[in-house]
Amino acid sequence: MEALFLSVRLALCVSAILFAIGLPLAYWLAYSQWRGKFLVESVVALPLVLPPTVLGFYLLIAMGPQGPLGKLWQALFGHGLAFTFTGLILASVLYSLPFTVQPLVASFEGIDRKLLAASAVLGAGAFRTFRRVVLPMSIPGVLTALVLSFAHTLGEFGVVLMVGGNLPGVTRTVSIDIYDHVQSLEYSDANRVALILLAFSFAVLCVVYGVNRRVGRRVWATWPAR
Amino acid sequence: MAGEIESIVLTAEVRVEFGSASQSGFILDASIKVPSGITVLFGPSGSGKSTFLDCVAGLLRPIWGKIAVGDRVLLDSSRRINFPPQQRRVGYVFQSLALFPRMNVEENLAYGMAHIPTAQRNERIDSILTAFRVGHLRRRAASEISGGEQQRVALARSLVTLPQVLLLDEPLSGLDAELKTSIVEDLRAWNRTQRIPILYVTHSRDEVDALAEQAIAIEQGRVVGQGRPREVLDAPRRTKLAQAAGFENLLVAEVLSSRDQDGVMSVRLAESAVEIEVPLSRAEAGDRVRIVIRAGDILLATQRPAGLSARNVLEGSIQSIEQRSSVVEVRVNCSGAVLISHVTPGALRSLELSAGKAVWVVLKTHSCHLVSD
Repeated sequence: MEALFLSVRLALCVSAILFAIGLPLAYWLAYSQWRGKFLVESVVALPLVLPPTVLGFYLLIAMGPQGPLGKLWQALFGHGLAFTFTGLILASVLYSLPFTVQPLVASFEGIDRKLLAASAVLGAGAFRTFRRVVLPMSIPGVLTALVLSFAHTLGEFGVVLMVGGNLPGVTRTVSIDIYDHVQSLEYSDANRVALILLAFSFAVLCVVYGVNRRVGRRVWATWPAR
Repeated sequence: MAGEIESIVLTAEVRVEFGSASQSGFILDASIKVPSGITVLFGPSGSGKSTFLDCVAGLLRPIWGKIAVGDRVLLDSSRRINFPPQQRRVGYVFQSLALFPRMNVEENLAYGMAHIPTAQRNERIDSILTAFRVGHLRRRAASEISGGEQQRVALARSLVTLPQVLLLDEPLSGLDAELKTSIVEDLRAWNRTQRIPILYVTHSRDEVDALAEQAIAIEQGRVVGQGRPREVLDAPRRTKLAQAAGFENLLVAEVLSSRDQDGVMSVRLAESAVEIEVPLSRAEAGDRVRIVIRAGDILLATQRPAGLSARNVLEGSIQSIEQRSSVVEVRVNCSGAVLISHVTPGALRSLELSAGKAVWVVLKTHSCHLVSD
């Protein structure tokens, strides 16, 4: 159970951070006219196609005592970043970024551009337009983004193993716990935890698809065409 | 200046290029002057009307341009001045109206008045909602009210911020004529005190006639006419504009002879033996010309008319009759040339018109307009 609580704590932290980063990033991705935007889109989507071990490997190098992140962290806080809960949060934020950003971008891009133009002509700047027009019309997208980033962080394995290792109470998340159980042939223990994750994931997807269905359009999609 | 409110003039000169100009890209290159009152910007779809409005509102940046309202410069490429839409004090009603769907009517109106004290804001919202006869809808959701009401609310929202220019992009399309006139009358009444230039985009000829104090015709990104509505519409320079302007008859003819002293010439309609008299143009005998005639300008008679001033009386037979909303479209075949005439349902009944019936078509010389390609 300790592993499950650790995972939930991690997922909550990561979802909160992703929400804060994801909103402005998605707003920018949805409406920016910048030519080089595809580069940012590609970087954000990278964790979708990259094996978690590859991402985890490079993060581990960066966070290690010789890596730039690790050195910076050591200088600032007096301890390293690898194999810590903070390091785990950082890795998970990167790994789950597309699961937050993509539903938001899809949702923002679905908004009638004339509404944004009307807002601008009526004197509202980008922030006011976002707060008063875009956000209230994107509630399903925001909900989808939150739920997916939470669920995805909860179930991650490869990146956690690479960056966090397997320290009980610090970095041993629920998926690693299951793996440990299986390695020790404790199938009933593994099943108990796995079943919880399965039920939770199913419930999450029900919420996402249920909300999207009620709203009448798919908010969760691949990168929208333009 | 006692009691006289100074009127504002919008001057705008813009050049916009979409796609590469060499590869059949679209170019808008237009210069217009809009005095206070309603000016209709008229042209077929794709002629650059909405693009022009977007430039004035600051939603689109032209590659070159100069836009000023009175002496306030909004854009001047040569001086690197370009105010964002937020600072232009321009009202804009889109074709889709773009009312904020999650807000009620009052919130929609208050949106553009964030920095105005609440009491004053409420007072202004009250008075403009009353002026546009939608005061009773204050608390209703913008998405729940009828189309005509939404159009009134959209107008009120764009005007409640006291803009110095109002841009209307076909805001009244889809309304019946009566409702349209009533809304425009309210707009006119409101503007009697404000006296701002109102640029009204449409491709409907009826709206030009009904609304405009001034008209500007635009085609393929260029201004092709500017002045009093009748003058602009009645002197179409290009065939495409003529079709858009509701000249239902577009005929090709060959010039037979000119009578300079009378200011007329005779032409023979293509693929027929029909000869008619049309106003004189620079065309010479043997030239091919295009003639446009409005269906409403063609009279029908069931007996050979006599003692008329109209110079063209053609014999023909009715090919088809089609009932439109308030007019009846009658196609008459005059020895090979088919002319379209609009008559009222009443005339259709009293003349007992039916397909195959012999009729005489009456056509004034000056109802025939010559156009160049």
